[in-house]
Amino acid sequence: MKVMIAMSGGVDSSVAAALLVDAGHEVVGVTMRLWGGESDSGCCSVSDVDDARRVAQQLGIDHVVFNFSEDFEATVVTPYVEAHTRGITPNPCIECNRHLKFDRLLERAELLGFDAVATGHHARVGTDDLGHRVLWRGVDLAKDQSYVVHMLSQQDLAKVMFPVGDLTKDQVRQIAVDRGLRTATKPDSQDVCFITSTGGRSAFLGHRIPFRTAKVVDTDGLPVGDVEALELVTLGQRRGLGLPGGGPKRYVVEIDQDTATVVVGAEEDLATDVIEVHAVTMVDETQRAELLGRTVLVQCSAHGEPRRAIVAEVDPTPGAGMVLEWMRPETKVAPGQSIVLYELSDIQVIGGGRAASSR
Amino acid sequence: MESFTYLDHAATTPMRASAIEAMTPYLSQCFANPSGSHRFARQARQALDEARDLVADLCGVRPGEVIFTSCGTESDTTVLMGAAAQVLPGSLVCSAAEHHAVLDPIQHHGGCVVGVDGTGQIDLDALSATLEQLTSPVSVVSVMAVNNEVGRVTDLARVAEVVRRKAPGALLHSDAVQAACWQDLREITASVDSISLSAHKFGGPKGVGILTLREGFTLRPLLRGGGQERDRRSGTHNLAGIVATAEALRATVAERDHEISRVRALRDRLLNGVRHQITGLCTTVDPALSVPGILHLCVEGVESESLLFLLDQAGVCASAASACASGAMEPSHVLAAMGVEPERARGALRLSLGHTSTEADIDRAVTVLTESVARLRQKRVRT
Repeated sequence: MKVMIAMSGGVDSSVAAALLVDAGHEVVGVTMRLWGGESDSGCCSVSDVDDARRVAQQLGIDHVVFNFSEDFEATVVTPYVEAHTRGITPNPCIECNRHLKFDRLLERAELLGFDAVATGHHARVGTDDLGHRVLWRGVDLAKDQSYVVHMLSQQDLAKVMFPVGDLTKDQVRQIAVDRGLRTATKPDSQDVCFITSTGGRSAFLGHRIPFRTAKVVDTDGLPVGDVEALELVTLGQRRGLGLPGGGPKRYVVEIDQDTATVVVGAEEDLATDVIEVHAVTMVDETQRAELLGRTVLVQCSAHGEPRRAIVAEVDPTPGAGMVLEWMRPETKVAPGQSIVLYELSDIQVIGGGRAASSR
Repeated sequence: MESFTYLDHAATTPMRASAIEAMTPYLSQCFANPSGSHRFARQARQALDEARDLVADLCGVRPGEVIFTSCGTESDTTVLMGAAAQVLPGSLVCSAAEHHAVLDPIQHHGGCVVGVDGTGQIDLDALSATLEQLTSPVSVVSVMAVNNEVGRVTDLARVAEVVRRKAPGALLHSDAVQAACWQDLREITASVDSISLSAHKFGGPKGVGILTLREGFTLRPLLRGGGQERDRRSGTHNLAGIVATAEALRATVAERDHEISRVRALRDRLLNGVRHQITGLCTTVDPALSVPGILHLCVEGVESESLLFLLDQAGVCASAASACASGAMEPSHVLAAMGVEPERARGALRLSLGHTSTEADIDRAVTVLTESVARLRQKRVRT
């Protein structure tokens, strides 16, 4: 097959490329240039491009750089900033997968005559008894990334390969060491590429949007202080509210954008029985309506513990929302966070969407 | 690689065989440092002097007005940073379509950038107005002789008229890196005070630049040290490179008239070919206004990166705009300055011809380009 491998310059995509070459595919390495601004982490600095290119040279494959920075700005950065003005905390890495890796790049790969796009994600693509494609967690559960690629559809999965999904991270690193790949000992990237560790979210957003001061009140509505930037406050947040120390731990339990009010309360005030999920994509769209009444596992962060919930309401329209009822009360999730549904086996992805404001 | 068609001469040219031949002895037996005092050094010095004389003659300047540098960028920076005792905001002026080697240092130092017309040539009225409005003295006005992306030839005599009238004290510099193969450098140096050239654009080696500077202008050197190049550029001479550069320029000038008509015919063949085969394609600048070696096209409904990828896979080397440090294509500041709509600029393609281009190259390029555009325009599979 003719395979385009997205090479970030990290060890996973380096080894993925090597495995594709070993399997006899015709492989071209691509590094996407996404973020042109200040960066100290993430996936697309010039030194990462150097690493990707050197690995490609070592493997004897072509390597090209595609400049998708305008698309990245339009589909990831701008919505990320705009969401914060509405009190929503999106996961930009997931949006990058949705709009860049598995849309823009996949589309370009098809146009250029490639049969598939491969990435270094720890996830697996398989086929069920009916011939439908399935998306599974990676073998290494500690490194599993199925959560961040949950948006893949049947059509996408037909064209996507995850060569390292069957391997543990240790095995990946061992292969890189054995082959003498320069990325063998490179640490995993953890952070959002456009947020610097020195300035953080606050510096990044501060350059792009004005911050609003907000009142901080307790659950009885009594004022307890002020916070400088409402846009930086996240549901469940405990630190950085400028509240006096001592006394019981207080969490952000509610944020009212209209009145610029932050409500703080005890941990139990964050508990909820239901979670509403917006814009749900399904790995297999034909199963959407059948979800109603089923018990599923629900994961609310990249490495969060999946919890049981019953699908209580389903809008059968593709891309619409659903309501889940937790089996036991759970902590409220910040609106905008990705919510991914798994089968009870905890291996197979059903689909996922974004947390709506809790009700 | 099996067979390939090289249409990226504006990026760099293959070295001329005569230049390689000329430089070879200076890489082996004649290795001495021309600044030394023994017989081998004198031999090297003679080669350097002769190369300088030749380059000066071909450029229409005096030998003392030739400074050898390491590249076009160094030549540009040397004159921009060195012409005045101090670089002040507003003391440097250039056109918006300049190569980054001129544009970036000028913007970095708070200089003035003058707009260009729809063909990429500096707007003379705007230049005149800018020079008139500036209150601080202008040290350098830099206007390229030939645009490196779209090939537009600047009427430097008219630029000079404006500059002499409005900023008589300024040094008028021209980045003539893309001009060497197609323009009479003597005519250019008759209009301007200083030009930059880069050897590898005319069949010479990489790593050699030329700066000419009219006598009477002083230069604050970028590199101080051994005092080479009359204290204007220290550093041991790249003698082999300089000898090859002189020979490459000699051959270029000797063949220029012939090459202009030969390459123009090839470009016409290329343009006619693609026009005949591909709809929705337009020349960015009227070829009559451009050097014969550059054909810049905007192809509707395709993206440059995709097109270049397919061309590359088929062994056709071309380009779109300049690349950033990562190797990614940057949106062209030249096309933006010319007012080309972003949607059209997305399909930019520069095919550049040179001394090794043949009819077979052109015919192959037409075939591959036609097939590639057709493929990219096919109905999208994904919804």
